[in-house]
Amino acid sequence: MTDRALSTGGTGDWRYWLGEQRGTLLALAVFVVMFVIYTGNHQAGFSADVITTAANKGVLLALVAMAQTFVVLTAGIDLSIGMIFVLCNCVASYIVVGTAFEATLGVIGVLLTGLACGAINGLIVIYGRLQPIVTTIATGAAFFGLALLIRPFPGGEVQEDLADFLTGQLPGGIPASAVALLVVVLVIWIPFRRSMLGRVVYAVGSSEPAAYMSGLDIRRAKFAAYTLAGLLAAIGGLFLTFVTYTGEASSANANTYTLNSIAAVVLGGVSLFGGRGSAIGAIFGALVFRTIGDLLFVFDFDPLWQPLFLGIVLLVSVCLGSFRLIRLRNRLDLFG
Amino acid sequence: MTNLTASIPVLRRFDPAVLTAFGCIVLLLLIGSIINENFLSPDYLLQQLQVGSFLALIATGMMIVVLLGQIDLSVPWIITVGGMMSTAAAGWGPLGATFAIPVGVLCGLAFGLLNGIGVAYLRVPSMIFTLGINAVAQGFMIVRTGGFAPQDMATESMNALATGRLIFGIPNPVWVWIIVGAVTVFLLRRTVFGRAVYAIGNREVAAYLSGIRTQRVVLAAFAISGALSAFAGALLAGYSTKAYQGMGDPYLLPAIAAVVLGGTSILGGRGTYLGTVAGVILITLLQSILSVVQIEEAFRQLIYGAVIIGMLLLYGRQNRAV
Repeated sequence: MTDRALSTGGTGDWRYWLGEQRGTLLALAVFVVMFVIYTGNHQAGFSADVITTAANKGVLLALVAMAQTFVVLTAGIDLSIGMIFVLCNCVASYIVVGTAFEATLGVIGVLLTGLACGAINGLIVIYGRLQPIVTTIATGAAFFGLALLIRPFPGGEVQEDLADFLTGQLPGGIPASAVALLVVVLVIWIPFRRSMLGRVVYAVGSSEPAAYMSGLDIRRAKFAAYTLAGLLAAIGGLFLTFVTYTGEASSANANTYTLNSIAAVVLGGVSLFGGRGSAIGAIFGALVFRTIGDLLFVFDFDPLWQPLFLGIVLLVSVCLGSFRLIRLRNRLDLFG
Repeated sequence: MTNLTASIPVLRRFDPAVLTAFGCIVLLLLIGSIINENFLSPDYLLQQLQVGSFLALIATGMMIVVLLGQIDLSVPWIITVGGMMSTAAAGWGPLGATFAIPVGVLCGLAFGLLNGIGVAYLRVPSMIFTLGINAVAQGFMIVRTGGFAPQDMATESMNALATGRLIFGIPNPVWVWIIVGAVTVFLLRRTVFGRAVYAIGNREVAAYLSGIRTQRVVLAAFAISGALSAFAGALLAGYSTKAYQGMGDPYLLPAIAAVVLGGTSILGGRGTYLGTVAGVILITLLQSILSVVQIEEAFRQLIYGAVIIGMLLLYGRQNRAV
């Protein structure tokens, strides 16, 4: 993932790479430490079942966090991401059923739903010239209304073979969901990051005027970011259906996933000011966030206190960036 | 990006956005009267103003924060904190019952101050920090109500303040709105604080260099927003006779929409309180029309989101960036 075009080559290469990936590597390290503590203290120990359960829960948030990353990289934010996630869950509980062929068509339908939601966000932000935050709060309300319309009560079903396969274990005890996540990264994120489009998204996030002056197609980049965010939220929603076997228009779920996706993105070292970080970092951020919850469970933390504790973790993690204030040489940089 | 001509007071007096908002209000009144003939009766309209005044309190705080170029997403659970803490205070005995509303408002003020510290001093983007405070406030309320059930019934005085009609048959919350509105207009137009809010919204560095203690102003603005949200929460608890979890959830989008539809620039520095008043009435009428029409709740929410996006697109568009 080194940006070779920008590096000077030679010995400076790895140092540049390290600087660029610092957030991702930090999140990875924190995750590994926490996960070792978790499995070490779990009654069942380091077994394939424990890891599969953890992976299934982690992959859900990881997918939504990846979705959020695309938008955050352009210095925007998508507060409708949890609603798209829930909407796609409801859609999937209707159409991902029947024979293998029908289920495949259903999966494509769910992905298209997510793409459409993301595209609507993108079009309104680009051509409507509204602020991303206002746009996505309003579209989020509409998406949730749609979810409630098609699923007023929890229910529905999903093609069980597919669901069991994707939430189960591959030979050797490897969780299938983790492999699925890896495939998503390899098929969507890596090509995106290496493409011209991905570079433009980073450029737009770093400095929109500079990107404009360099003749980059800002609109196309933003549209791609919002649409891909919708696609990944849809994959997340699909996966939620595979895990729960039902569709539910739950506003609590939608809000929690929106909020946690932002927490995961921040923990994963993606800058909320845009242009810095990677979806891989966000994945590890999501896994860290989930493992915190699991750790609280293992150490018999009162479940009543969990939301408060996770809220404080979120608050503290967004404050971590404030350490840069100590290094400021000029007070005017505060406002930069 | 801020239009320079718009900051000249004479031109701002005829802000096209405010005029559009009032035009939309007239249009909604017409549509409402076609759907239901009672829509234009004074009693029904007063009732709408009463319901709207809760939103108005929240939108007032939101507007001051938006004028700074920030946003307050902690509104939903600060409303709930206001409602729950004031009803809880009522359970502490006669002294608590007397000071029920102040206790709720103070709790909201405390969360607002936390918001202000995070945004002004730690320089965390407001939309993230306030989301975090929202989660923390939710966590606190879950801890409070989960283990045991504190009193959640509103006191007599809260009931009276939210539903009574003391003077001229006009509902009390409308009087509260008028008082808060008058103070806000005075604050924004006639005090150093108000000028500082507009200056910071236009360009914080410039405001800082001209000697404004910008961080204190931002802190105060978030504190005001927190206190007003909590106050609205206490009144809402009085209106529905009890406080409950999630009572603030339906107020975030309307509050932001009311402020933006009222012509306040989401980027800060530009906007009038008259516009916010128009925005609040607009949103309240829209909600009331949607509730008069016999359709499913889900469909209602869908239309509501779509109409708000549509109205924002009509005239809430920012000037072309870059």
